[in-house]
Amino acid sequence: MADIVLETRGLCKRFGPIEVLRGIDLQVRAGERIAIIGGSGSGKSTLLRCLNFMETPSEGEVLLDGVPIGAPRRHRDGRVTTAYSPAALCRVRQRVGMVFQQFNLFPHMTVIENVMEGLRTVKRLPRAEARGKALAQLHRVGLAEKLDAYPARLSGGQQQRVAIARALAMEPEVMLFDEPTSSLDPELVGEVLRSIRTLAEDGTTMLLVTHELGFAFHVATRVIFLADGVFHETGTPDAVLRHPQRERTRAFLASHAEFTF
Amino acid sequence: MAYEWDFAIVLENLPVLLRGLGVMLQLWLSALAFGLAAGFVIALGRMAAAAPLRLLARCYVELFRNTPALIQLIWFYYAFPIVIGVQLTPFAAAVIGLSLNTSAYAAEIFRGGMQAVPRGQWEGASALGMTHAAVLRRVVLPQVLRLMLPAFTNRAIELAKTTSLASVLAVQELMYQGRLLSATYYRPMEILTTVALIYFMVIWPGSLLSAWLERRLARHG
Ligand SMILES: Nc1ncnc2c1ncn2[C@@H]1O[C@H](COP(=O)(O)OP(=O)(O)O)[C@@H](O)[C@H]1O
Ligand SMILES: [Mg+2]
Repeated sequence: MADIVLETRGLCKRFGPIEVLRGIDLQVRAGERIAIIGGSGSGKSTLLRCLNFMETPSEGEVLLDGVPIGAPRRHRDGRVTTAYSPAALCRVRQRVGMVFQQFNLFPHMTVIENVMEGLRTVKRLPRAEARGKALAQLHRVGLAEKLDAYPARLSGGQQQRVAIARALAMEPEVMLFDEPTSSLDPELVGEVLRSIRTLAEDGTTMLLVTHELGFAFHVATRVIFLADGVFHETGTPDAVLRHPQRERTRAFLASHAEFTF
Repeated sequence: MAYEWDFAIVLENLPVLLRGLGVMLQLWLSALAFGLAAGFVIALGRMAAAAPLRLLARCYVELFRNTPALIQLIWFYYAFPIVIGVQLTPFAAAVIGLSLNTSAYAAEIFRGGMQAVPRGQWEGASALGMTHAAVLRRVVLPQVLRLMLPAFTNRAIELAKTTSLASVLAVQELMYQGRLLSATYYRPMEILTTVALIYFMVIWPGSLLSAWLERRLARHG
C-alpha cells in the first residue's frame, strides 16, 4: 500500500459550545481520492479546513508525511495542547492545496496573475518559470486562452477552473475541494467536474466534499459519510453509496433522490 | 469711513510669509508621512488577534480623536518633555503631535478599508501559503487603497489646516509669521487676508483632487 500522506488522530473542533468534529481519525494514502458526504452543517467544510488550518483544531493531531504539525505545549495544569506557528502553517498550506466553494480568486489580478501569485510570492520563482508553470496548469483545466482576462469577465465555471489551476500550480501533495460546484449554475457544473476528473486520472491525491454523488461514485476511491462529527460510515463508493449498512446513511442517500450512477 | 488698503507692506514682507509657507509645507508633509505610516501600524493593532493589543490600539485612537488637536500639540511641547526628560524643539513637538493626531484618523481609514475586503480573499491567499504580510501587501491593500484614497485626501486637507495650530508653539510657519507681521505693522487686514489666501491656494487644489477622486470612484466603482 502507498504511504500515508495526510493523517489525523483524534481531531476535534469546537466552536464555542458546539462540537462539530468529535475525534476524527483519518488516513489518506498517496493517490487516494476521498469523497466526503453528509448533511448540511455536519462539519464537512470544517474537517477540510482543519486539514490546511483555515481552522485551528481544538484537539488532536494532523500529520503530514508522518510528521505532526505544530509543537506540543504543556500547560501548568497538565493539559497538552498544540501550538501552531504562522511559518509552519504557511509551509503546510503549500503542501495541502484548497479549492473553495466561492472560488476566492483575486479580482485585481488577471487569470495568469492569479495562478502565478503563489509561485511568485510564496515560492519566489523567477517570473518566466512561474509563468511557465501557471500556463501548464491553465492548459490542464482548459483555460489557456483566457490568460489576460480578469475574473469578473469569466463564468463561474471558468473562475472555479482558474482557482483549481491556482491551487495546482503550487504542486501540493494533497488537494482539498470544498463543494467546488455548489455555487455554480447547473450547466457549468460539468466543466469543473471534468477538470477534477482529469486530476484524478493523473493520480492526484484529493479529498472532495460534494453533493454530486454520481461523480463521487465514479471518481472516488473511498467515500466517507460524516454525521454527528464522526465518520458514520466509510468504504468503497459501491459499499457506501449502493449498499449502505447504516440507517442514517440510507436516509441521507434517499434524500438525494436525483442521484443516479 | 473707507479703509485704506496698503498692500505694500505685504509685498515687502512676502519673503517672510513664503518662508512661513515653507515651514508649513515641511510640517504638513512630514506629519502626513509619519501619520499614515503610524496609522497603518495602529490599524493592524486594531485588528490583531491578541485582545490586549486591540484594546490598546482602540484607546489610542479614541484618545486622539476625542481631544482637541490644540491641547495635543501643547501637551507634546510642555508635558511630554517632562516624561522623556528631553526638551523638544517646537517644530519636533508639532510634528509629533500632528503625526499622532493624523495617525489616529488614518488608522480608522485603513481599518475600514481592510475590513471591507471579503474574508474569502484572506482565505484564498493564505491557502496558497502566503504569510499575513504578503496577503496584506499583495491581495488586501491593492484592492482597497483606491477606495481609501478620497478619505486620505480629506485627511490630508484637514491636516494642512491643523498645521496652523503649531503657531502657538512658536513654530515659524505661515500662521505664526502672519500673526507676528500683523502685530508688528498693525496691518492685520492686509496681512491676515494674504495669509488666508496663501492657505487657500495651497489647500484648494487638494480639495479639487479629492472631489475628483470621489467622482471617479463613484463612476467606476
Ligand atoms: N467559524 C465558525 N464559527 C461558529 N460556528 C461555525 C463556524 N464554522 C462552522 N460553524 C458551525 O459548524 C457546523 C459545521 O459547519 P460546516 O463545517 O460548514 O458544515 P458543512 O460544510 O458540512 O455544511 C455548523 O453548525 C456551523 O454553523
Ligand atoms: Mg460546507
